[in-house]
Amino acid sequence: MSLVGTSRSKFKFPYRFRVEPRLKQPGWLSAVISLGAVVLALIIGGVILLIVGGNPLRAYGFMAKAAFGDLGVISDTLTKATPLILVSLAAVIAFRMRLWNIGAEGQFFIGAFGASAVVLTPLLPPTTSPWLMIPAMVIAGMVTGAIWGFIPGFLKARLNVNEIITTLMMNYIAVAWNNFFIFAVWSEGGFQMTPQFPKSAWLPRLTDLSSQIPAFRGLTTHLGLVFGLIAAVVVWWILYRSRWGYEIRLIGDNPRAARYAGINIVRNTVLVMMLSGALAGLAGMAEISGVVHRLQGAISPGYGFTGIIIAWLSKLNPLLVVPISVLFGGLILAGREIQPSGLPMLIQGIILVCLIASDFLLRYRVRLTSRVEEA
Amino acid sequence: MESHLYAVEMKSITKEFPGVLANQDVDFNLQKGEIHALLGENGAGKSTLMNILTGLYRPERGTILVNGEVVEFRSPRDAINHGIGMVHQHFMLVPTQSVTENVLLGLDEPRFKLNLSHYHQVISDLGEQYGLHVDPRAKIWQLSVGEQQRVEILKVLYRGATVLVLDEPTAVLAPQEIDELFHTLRSMTKEGKSIIFISHKLDEVMAIADRITVLRKGKVSAAGLETSTTNKQELANMMVGREVLFRLEKVEQEPGEVVLGIEDLQAENDKGLPALRGISLEVRAGEIVGLAGVAGNGQRELADVITGLRPATGGCVRVYGQVLVGEGCQEPRGSNMVRTIIDAGVSHIPEDRTHVGSSPNLSLTDNAIMKGYRQAPIARGWSIDHSTAREYTQGLKSAYDIMAPTVDTLARLLSGGNLQRLILAREISSEPRLMIAMQPTRGLDVGAIEGVQRLLLEQRANGAAILLVSEELEELISLSDRIYVIYEGRIMGETRKADPGMLGQMMTGTRLEDIASNHEVRP
Repeated sequence: MSLVGTSRSKFKFPYRFRVEPRLKQPGWLSAVISLGAVVLALIIGGVILLIVGGNPLRAYGFMAKAAFGDLGVISDTLTKATPLILVSLAAVIAFRMRLWNIGAEGQFFIGAFGASAVVLTPLLPPTTSPWLMIPAMVIAGMVTGAIWGFIPGFLKARLNVNEIITTLMMNYIAVAWNNFFIFAVWSEGGFQMTPQFPKSAWLPRLTDLSSQIPAFRGLTTHLGLVFGLIAAVVVWWILYRSRWGYEIRLIGDNPRAARYAGINIVRNTVLVMMLSGALAGLAGMAEISGVVHRLQGAISPGYGFTGIIIAWLSKLNPLLVVPISVLFGGLILAGREIQPSGLPMLIQGIILVCLIASDFLLRYRVRLTSRVEEA
Repeated sequence: MESHLYAVEMKSITKEFPGVLANQDVDFNLQKGEIHALLGENGAGKSTLMNILTGLYRPERGTILVNGEVVEFRSPRDAINHGIGMVHQHFMLVPTQSVTENVLLGLDEPRFKLNLSHYHQVISDLGEQYGLHVDPRAKIWQLSVGEQQRVEILKVLYRGATVLVLDEPTAVLAPQEIDELFHTLRSMTKEGKSIIFISHKLDEVMAIADRITVLRKGKVSAAGLETSTTNKQELANMMVGREVLFRLEKVEQEPGEVVLGIEDLQAENDKGLPALRGISLEVRAGEIVGLAGVAGNGQRELADVITGLRPATGGCVRVYGQVLVGEGCQEPRGSNMVRTIIDAGVSHIPEDRTHVGSSPNLSLTDNAIMKGYRQAPIARGWSIDHSTAREYTQGLKSAYDIMAPTVDTLARLLSGGNLQRLILAREISSEPRLMIAMQPTRGLDVGAIEGVQRLLLEQRANGAAILLVSEELEELISLSDRIYVIYEGRIMGETRKADPGMLGQMMTGTRLEDIASNHEVRP
């Protein structure tokens, strides 16, 4: 045997890791690695549970049951997932153009306000048929959301004002704006909420069908979920099958190439921010019309920000947004059921870190090579 | 003192990168006091080999001997301690600092107190010794590219290098500056320095090198040939591995009507300084018009203005007599100028392929439809006909020989030559009436250059008007029907029968009229 490779007297580990960029990514790789990351996150979370003296398997079992254990909680999970799907899509379309719209939260609130204005001003009397009332609320929610997106979009396009700052600041304005109406204008007897909407302004729920299908009794899943699913398909179609989506993807990947191809970046910036705002506004409308049935302060546990995380985890793929939103909906729900309630948040955080880190494995390949073989 | 014959010997060097064997059993030796050219196409492994010699990479296998002594370099510092220094193609200088400060940067001496006037003198003397004239007090940004290169060489000399590696040193220089550089190189070899000259330009290699080593696909295809025993044709064949045609089939043809007319065009560069100071030129159907000039004299700005990417500050651009840019432009303000110009049948091969001409993270298909996605058959109402787009791209891929696994491959995974072919394919397939081709063959290897040039001539035969901007004089001369020379935003003259000497003079700021009158005075 040759002595070339072992001429140094110092002992060396006979293998070493090599990191190499991947030239090709097989289609299944992304799914396998993401799944692996989630499993790893659950294991890490389990170790932490053990350290604090819990039983990880029981805890996970309980969480799974709380989120997906029976028809009732599955329905609740889907109800939670509905606004998440819509705000995540809002983030996806903006992020695709590298417009960092972190104002989905504010657009959500202002969309809720717009939809409430139809009922409470009232623009339409309470006796209006739901067939007119609901579409009017949808349009109002989307238009107000779009306006909330238009302002930072216009500032960005015309004056190059940083959209991260403007969208963030406009979140506070939206919340304060809503509070003004909740406390002062539409307040019900001085409480921090508006009167309940008339039934005609409620999105139909599964439980409404319980007279025909008894199994649906008490199920809260509402028509908003259908809005979310349709929106996911529409956003996918826009991005991958339309001329506009092509422009968005091109601007997002290389704005100089987009300019060279004759694409109007200014106009697209404004339009994409408006679409993004409209989707978040629709989420706000769906939430108050499908779940809360009135405008009040606490209508969002930070959906707009969770949407950013979901958009990122789905790798800006509108169709992947749906299952990931359901998973997050389940985690939010489980958080209410188990003690300490911080646990699902912890798991959420670990999953997020693992998934983001796993991206490295998608782009690079780690090989274990033997030193002897090299020499 | 017994001195060894070779300054550097590299024996069976092997270096592997993921998926490629960059160097495979490469032997290379450098005699003392010689200029040794390292010739090869892009990706042949020239730079890898030299990066190994200068300590940037470590080889998987092989030994390096300096003055007959086995060495192992862990860093560029090790290499320079053994007297080996490299002048990189892209300068590594601090623009706001003086020449002296740049030369001293990173050295242990002077330690704390900078006695600059002393070092000014030292560096000035060093420059005198080798004919590298540059004011040591000048700030880098004030210097021309040629002068900056001298600073880079001074840096290496000051560090005591006896072996200099020059990576494509002529790429950025005007013909006169190349002559000066060659003069300097010869005077350095007289002082006992040895030089490795990396290039893919055959003429220069024939002019300057004592011996030549040719690399192809990571292997040596000719080792240490005496320059006098070989010729360009033979070298080209060894570089490419097959016969290369140097004669292009160019048919004489009568140019047609004026397609592009530019009158007194003015524009500013990115810093807001005047870059075009009254350019007038015209290009007719069925002719290739060359625009010669050293980089940075307004070529990019001119191409940008013609294609609508940069506003003109005066003058106008006409295509088929219709004013597209500038005064009297009929387009309403705020409309998309670039798009109007694309729709008028102007195609553009941009200088910067990766940052302007393509979108790295989109697929081949998405890159191919960049100009055509608005029109049928690829556009269908608001949507894009995905299958038609893919078929179209598949067609381009086979017609233009673009090497990629599928049409869904991301553009960033393509090699430089393939990316350029994709851009050319896209720009030509629209059957343009006017084509602005910026450096279409830059960075391509000999085989690919031939293909690109042939495509341009085909377009000429089809009646397209082509404005060819290039820094390669040879290419301009062989392809163009006429050549304009641009210098500091002005046209120095127009010529039909081009000789490199005259073009070179114009490229450094002499007007054609002045050259002509000088010729008359002399006899």
